[in-house]
Amino acid sequence: MGKRVAKEVSIAVADAVAQCRVDVISAYPITPQTHIVEHLAELVNNGELDAEYIPVESEHAAMSACIGAAAAGARTFTSTSSQGLLFMYENLPIASAFRLPIVMVIANRSISAPISIWNDHSDVMTTRDFGWIQTFAENGQEAVDLVYHAYRVAEKCLLPVAVNLDGFIVTHVVEPIEMLDQELVDKYLPPLKMKYKLDPKKPITMGAIGVPEIYTEAKKALDEAVKASYKMVVQAWKEFEKISGRRYQPVETYRMEDAEVAMVIMGSLAETACNAVDELRAKGKKVGLIRFRLWRPFPMQDFLKAIGRVKALCVVDRAVSHASTGGPVGIEVRSALYQSNKRPRVVNFIAGLSGRDVTKDDFIELFERTFEAISKKPKFSYEIYGVKE
Amino acid sequence: MLVEIRIHGRGGQGGVTSAELIAISAIHQGKYAQAFPSFGPERRGAPVQAFARISDSRIRTREKIYNPDVILVLDASLPKIVKVTQGLNEDGIAILNTSYSEKEVREMLGGYKGKLALLDATKIALEVLGLPITNTTMLGAFIKATGLVDLEAMKDALRERFGRLADKNIAALERAIAETKIY
Repeated sequence: MGKRVAKEVSIAVADAVAQCRVDVISAYPITPQTHIVEHLAELVNNGELDAEYIPVESEHAAMSACIGAAAAGARTFTSTSSQGLLFMYENLPIASAFRLPIVMVIANRSISAPISIWNDHSDVMTTRDFGWIQTFAENGQEAVDLVYHAYRVAEKCLLPVAVNLDGFIVTHVVEPIEMLDQELVDKYLPPLKMKYKLDPKKPITMGAIGVPEIYTEAKKALDEAVKASYKMVVQAWKEFEKISGRRYQPVETYRMEDAEVAMVIMGSLAETACNAVDELRAKGKKVGLIRFRLWRPFPMQDFLKAIGRVKALCVVDRAVSHASTGGPVGIEVRSALYQSNKRPRVVNFIAGLSGRDVTKDDFIELFERTFEAISKKPKFSYEIYGVKE
Repeated sequence: MLVEIRIHGRGGQGGVTSAELIAISAIHQGKYAQAFPSFGPERRGAPVQAFARISDSRIRTREKIYNPDVILVLDASLPKIVKVTQGLNEDGIAILNTSYSEKEVREMLGGYKGKLALLDATKIALEVLGLPITNTTMLGAFIKATGLVDLEAMKDALRERFGRLADKNIAALERAIAETKIY
């Protein structure tokens, strides 16, 4: 049994990163930032963590430093949010194309303008196509466990991993968390040994020009690698279960047995939504919940299995894809369904933008509106929920 | 049973620390708890809130707290400018730092008829800590009025948080437990 601690989730996440024995941490320490890198800086400064801490001048530089360090074979970490992630943008696809096992925690927050520091998934959704493995935590325990998992997966697949946790409503909350014992972390994460790395004694080139004759092949190779990472993601969770007793899978379901309407959601609002499921179930309504823990690679088969024989899906997105056919999750879900024979009604809401509270009663309303949509097709392809008129 | 707590203070008075210490004590006792600030820019001196939840079973919600069972008011001047009892459950309790009498406080709270716990925490803090910072003193009133966390668990949490400064805070806390009046 690991130690049960009472900690702010950001601090616990930083402790987990330290337990993973990272070699290099690079981060921009100013807003939008969390206590994650602040606490790591303390650990390094106090001599409790033997790592190089590089406080850079921007998030763009933070990712550059991580790329450089990882290319030299170091276990690296960074964390950011919101505009910080956007400032990192052009380096993100380079990390994956170089096949570097960088781990980043994204404290998910909305993006400007208007200036906002509150929680939604607008930041990470801009990066979904870059070949990073992306997982989403529901609570503090899962955030910590996904950090351990991220290093295991990143280093097995040689791909960067982004662990997402909701800004404020998870990052800033003190809650009980069970940390893994150090010896188990060490067993789970043997020292990183990269076959190809930047080494003056054995020079290689990373980031050479990709002329039209090879660019397509390079992209295809990366695409295959990201697809193939699915197996390792699942395998690493199985291995994690053996050492921790905590079971994780790509798609989580709640009370989906005989469900007629299922909510589809990511992140910590699933906790609140589960209470809505319980309340409606108590009234005899056949509802359930599906939560994506793994977002990239998209767990299509798990999802199609999870929906069972539902008549309708209520997809709750936390980001807007302006004037498209839905929110990012809604678009993905509709696309996945089209590749199967299942045709439940998909009702797509965008809720909880920039920290707008989504309560149990809100989720009940969304369920009720989805029940109505079974017999009467909605006129919208997505709706931003809860707008004050 | 889930108990929800809202703490009123002014920015810089340690309301968030109070919420955290409540949650940490409860978790160390084997309970489940959450503590969180009102998310947003920090503003020294402005009225601010912090929140906590305590339960015997896993807490599964990310909602804000709208109808607290307990309110804890750190700053004696706040009830005059903020409706601190907003949303308080009918059978909930308001715990205030004040030098006024029960009758005067009930009037100040707009004819509040519910449970009340009063303590002149500013006086204790000035005498014991030498500072008008009441967050740890008011935790004594909280323990006395609610019994939601054990004194020993709270003392451990204070030692963990304040190190060598813990003793004074514990002294203020114990005096608060002795002097808090419940109505």
